[in-house]
Amino acid sequence: MTEEPRRETWPLWEVFVRSARGLSHVHAGSLHAPDAELAVRNARDLYTRRSEGVSIWVVPAAAITASDPDAKDAWFESPRGKDFRHATYYTASQAVPHL
Amino acid sequence: MQNQHQSPSAVLTPEAIAARVAPQDSPARATDDVARYALGLGDDALVLAQRLGSWIAAAPELEEDVALGNIALDTLGHARGLLTYAGSAWDQTEDDLAYFRDEADFRCRQIFERPNGDFACTIARQLVVSAYFTVLYRRLADSADPTLAAIAAKAVKEVEYHLDHATLWTVRLALGTEESRRRMIAGLEAIWPFVDELFAADPAADAVPAAAVAPAGLREPFDALLLPVLDQAELPVPGIAAVRGGGRLGVHSEALGPLLAEMQVLARRHPGAVW
Repeated sequence: MTEEPRRETWPLWEVFVRSARGLSHVHAGSLHAPDAELAVRNARDLYTRRSEGVSIWVVPAAAITASDPDAKDAWFESPRGKDFRHATYYTASQAVPHL
Repeated sequence: MQNQHQSPSAVLTPEAIAARVAPQDSPARATDDVARYALGLGDDALVLAQRLGSWIAAAPELEEDVALGNIALDTLGHARGLLTYAGSAWDQTEDDLAYFRDEADFRCRQIFERPNGDFACTIARQLVVSAYFTVLYRRLADSADPTLAAIAAKAVKEVEYHLDHATLWTVRLALGTEESRRRMIAGLEAIWPFVDELFAADPAADAVPAAAVAPAGLREPFDALLLPVLDQAELPVPGIAAVRGGGRLGVHSEALGPLLAEMQVLARRHPGAVW
């Protein structure tokens, strides 16, 4: 039996869809496509079938640099307890009438 | 979400057509002549949709399964509208026409019943038929028959996308690897003998000149859409003689029978079944 040649897979793309004018593009998911032109069409077929969007961005997944998911504590625990970073932490002075 | 399903009422769905033609004396019912014309167009779309549906779970990648599946569903939508309207002349539903007619009663042109072949062959067929549908529905949107005009106005936006999809793949396959180019050329050559029939006379169209689009007049705009794509893909126009054709008269290739058998078996074995 001859071994089947390994099938090359298409590169991965991340898809961002904007649902309406004035809103931001939001990450919708990912897909495989051989190039950018086909990626944006595959995104249209996979992620806007139910009128979800008016605009699509695709980005090669390899082009995204992400934070380390295992370093969550070191990265994202620090703001806890630092309530003074929120505006609601501060009470308005009575001497300032129009704040 | 607020923006979803933007004005669905602006689009004429098969269900809306069915409701409109339901009363026995409805003025929206098709005349016998218009129905014969709509039947041919509906059969073209129905048979193509059935062919494309077999790519689901068989395309080169999952994403392409979905792309071809979407195109099949768009095309099935056109078929449903056209067959519902045609059936209104004869007290028949879209299902009566789709499932309970035999091969010789189908009026599809033969290109639509061509086997899928490999992916390149299907893309070659999609390129040709999407260019044809685009020029057809652009003109049919101006039909004197308001129902045909509304079906065409909705369909034209969809088939323009199908043409874009087929164009991108044609260029990529033709200019890709040696193997993909070989297959693209073979696919185009396999489909080419069936191109001329698209523009052959259709007695049903001749009978209703104001409602129908004369097929012969579509050749020029079709060439204007298709030839630049072949040029871009560096594909020679195949020099292959056309087959005899005759789909509009009920003459079909050996490919249609098995397709219908598969499409119709469930409805015929369990008449009236719903799910």
